[in-house]
Amino acid sequence: MVAAEIVDGVDASGPVVVLRENRVVACSEAARREGVRQGLRRREAQSRCPRLVVVEHDPGRDARAFEPVVAAVEEAAVGVEVIRPGSCALAARGPARYFGGEEAAAERIVEQIAEACAVESQVGIADGVFAAGLAARDGRVVAPGETAAFLAGMPIDALERPELADLLKRLGVKTLGDFAGLPAADVLSRFGFDGALAHRLASGRDHRPLAVRQPPPDLDVADTYDEPLARVDVAAFAGKVLAERLHERLAAHGLACTRLGIEAVTADGQELHRVWRHDGTLTAAAIAERVRWQLDGWLTGARRGTATRPTAGLVRLRLIPDGVLVHLGLQPGLWGDAGADRERAHRAFSRVQGLLGPEALVTPVLGGGRSADDQIRLVPWGDEREPARPAAPHVEPVPEIGTAPLLARSEAPALSLQLILPTAEEPPDEQPTEDTESRTPTEGAEVIHLESRRAARAAGPPAPEEQPEPVKARLRVVGPAPNEPPPNEPPPNEAPPNEAPAGRRAETAAGWGAKTSAGPVGGVTVVGVPAGRRKGGGRRVPPLVALPPWPGRLPKPAPAVVPLQPPAAVVLDDTGTPVGVSARLDLTGDPAALIVERGDPITITGWAGPWPIDERWWAGEESRRRARFQVVLEDGRALLLSLAGGHWAVEAIYD
Amino acid sequence: MAGRMISGAAALAELVRTAGETAEPGVHRMLPVAPELSGLLPGRGLRRGSTIAVATGRSQPASGGTSLLLALLSEASRTGSWCAVVGVPALGAVAAAESGIALGRLALVPNPGPEWATVVAALIDGVDVVVAAVPGAIAPAIAGRLVARARQRGCVLVPFGHWDGADVTLQVTAGRWEGLGAGRGRLRRREVTVLARGRGAAARPKELTMWMPGVTVRPPTLPPVAGSAPPTLSPAAGATSPAPAASAEILMSWRARRTVSHQHRLAAV
Repeated sequence: MVAAEIVDGVDASGPVVVLRENRVVACSEAARREGVRQGLRRREAQSRCPRLVVVEHDPGRDARAFEPVVAAVEEAAVGVEVIRPGSCALAARGPARYFGGEEAAAERIVEQIAEACAVESQVGIADGVFAAGLAARDGRVVAPGETAAFLAGMPIDALERPELADLLKRLGVKTLGDFAGLPAADVLSRFGFDGALAHRLASGRDHRPLAVRQPPPDLDVADTYDEPLARVDVAAFAGKVLAERLHERLAAHGLACTRLGIEAVTADGQELHRVWRHDGTLTAAAIAERVRWQLDGWLTGARRGTATRPTAGLVRLRLIPDGVLVHLGLQPGLWGDAGADRERAHRAFSRVQGLLGPEALVTPVLGGGRSADDQIRLVPWGDEREPARPAAPHVEPVPEIGTAPLLARSEAPALSLQLILPTAEEPPDEQPTEDTESRTPTEGAEVIHLESRRAARAAGPPAPEEQPEPVKARLRVVGPAPNEPPPNEPPPNEAPPNEAPAGRRAETAAGWGAKTSAGPVGGVTVVGVPAGRRKGGGRRVPPLVALPPWPGRLPKPAPAVVPLQPPAAVVLDDTGTPVGVSARLDLTGDPAALIVERGDPITITGWAGPWPIDERWWAGEESRRRARFQVVLEDGRALLLSLAGGHWAVEAIYD
Repeated sequence: MAGRMISGAAALAELVRTAGETAEPGVHRMLPVAPELSGLLPGRGLRRGSTIAVATGRSQPASGGTSLLLALLSEASRTGSWCAVVGVPALGAVAAAESGIALGRLALVPNPGPEWATVVAALIDGVDVVVAAVPGAIAPAIAGRLVARARQRGCVLVPFGHWDGADVTLQVTAGRWEGLGAGRGRLRRREVTVLARGRGAAARPKELTMWMPGVTVRPPTLPPVAGSAPPTLSPAAGATSPAPAASAEILMSWRARRTVSHQHRLAAV
């Protein structure tokens, strides 16, 4: 109740009750005079005293209000244990000897609390926490050795075990003395362990040592402003003062913080909170800067279109240090260079953030996704580099062939060289069903499909058309150069009967293999199998988290230009009609020309697709269902087009 | 006590830093560049304090300039340099990562707005390589100030777009993609021709043709086969003998031969 008075401003001298589960758990003196008692229902209590103020029971509030009291007690004596909000215990021996007697010590503590918190308190001294708690109700000091006698006169309710007390009362045990008189073994067998514990308490044999509280250093700094801070410069100045106070306080404890929470309360009661992270430890200037940026961001938030714009000026600011560590100075690199470079860059980035706001200088974080835009999350510099979604590293679709960002002209390997070895353990790479499977619109299902069939094939005997050729090794060069015409004459060499579609099939395998990310030749995929499990082999391998492979992501190379707003486009076929894709992913015509944003039609010289993706359909707004195409235009440009809902767009440019 | 320890540690840190910086703040140092591009640059690297412009295509909005930019940065970024890119909101960060740029040391300022020059100047102070997309016409005085600042701070300024008076200007003059057929395949590699013009040591224009990106083929491991030599995969061997050796029992379709002859043609360029 006193806590409610302190925290909520309820007048405790009037009739006040504290309710818990609709029952009165505490009432003020005025309410008691009106006939309100503990255990009454709310309506009953209100009928007895109509001007009753009702406060809900809130242990958190009580604890908050009690905190200064504990601090005050700690001023007078060390080793304080908080039993519950409202009562604490401490060993009497030290203070008693220091202040010259137990009474003197008790007086000193009461005085200290009254001075510091302006609340009354009562101190009781006895052997054991339980007895001392009872003694404190009357402010008594029980002499050593007289605790049992003191307890004997207490009613059985003092145990604060209502059920047990009720039962004991019905058995005729009215006082703690009666209870203590019962044989301990019988109490244990009749009332169980809790009853035996209560019996020990009642007989004054409470030997539990105090769990002494370690006072945590209170590092937050806060300030309340009478005049709401509405202008950035005023707020920044206030923030700077707070930042210096925080830094002083941290330095006094020999600490430094790596994260800084900034909390603000507006005049309307709106609460804003943001955590800033810093790679190193935050200095006073760095704290002040971040406070300024954040206040700037909040107060001028509308300019950048953020949602958390305060509706009124700030009346309260609070800085909460987080990630506190002992400050021993940062460890620079051995020769100072790495650390110096880093610090120089950090300073420059911080300066730009100061110029343009924290969101203006970002760093990309690679995550999971299927397109060039959703694999990247741009985080403001200094924030935690957490990807939006995790992803496994991107593997090359064909193990032998890699994509290098830059390659000397002298190295000119053929585009697709695939060496197929007729060894038994290697699964066949030609899948007659590959084409149809790759055309199924849902890739997740496709992968599982593919794998199950592959597994079945690996288990069963090989199909006749997949019998290894009688040659030792076959070298197959697939994928013609793009400017070559299709064949008119049959191959002069002896070729296997399925050679003609092999180019297309293998190419599809390459293209779709990149999407399934399992590697078309590898045969084993990671669908549903945690990466760490496959080769555990009894050894204690730390369990690896299976990273999602993101089937359906674009093959390498990635497009270098990803427009923020994909320009609208139209793809025409030979007859000049727009190309569409059916639900079965059939094209209405071959793409022949591209118009980007009402420009002139440009001839398409090469294209591939459609590569369907239907992702996050469960997530409402985020769901995207598209068919993607790669096209090469006459002028040498290569684009990634997407067709969604009948509208073409240039999703990315392979610049 | 703790305070004294802290100040002692801080003082030590200062000492260490100054000791590391005694050998000049690296004004004469070169930042490494990919070996394929090094032939185009005087000193075969990014000399600190120099201005190396990457020109975008003259007519087309996209013609390899961005990839060239990323390729230029990649080696320096990988070896620990800090990079910043100003004013390229459409930069594909996935491509940047693929080209070898350490994203943890890459900062982007997508929209510098009217403060372009201030932002670039602030970054020049602290970052090793600053890429700045040129927003239209820049006053020569501002450009000169930025170049001078970069020279003084030992930063490589890479203007992206039209820029007069750079030490070297790199430009993609031709590009041709391969790997995409009519309705099949995927973009695999691109043959680009990069032209370098400039002043001083780079006054003579140089032109190099390279793959950007390219396709590498790791040599496959062949089990030793009795009675027949394993087929060679090197394109040179294929180019010299278009008809495969029958003893190796290599089944080759018309495509194989066409590809080989195609390689032959390319090798003669």
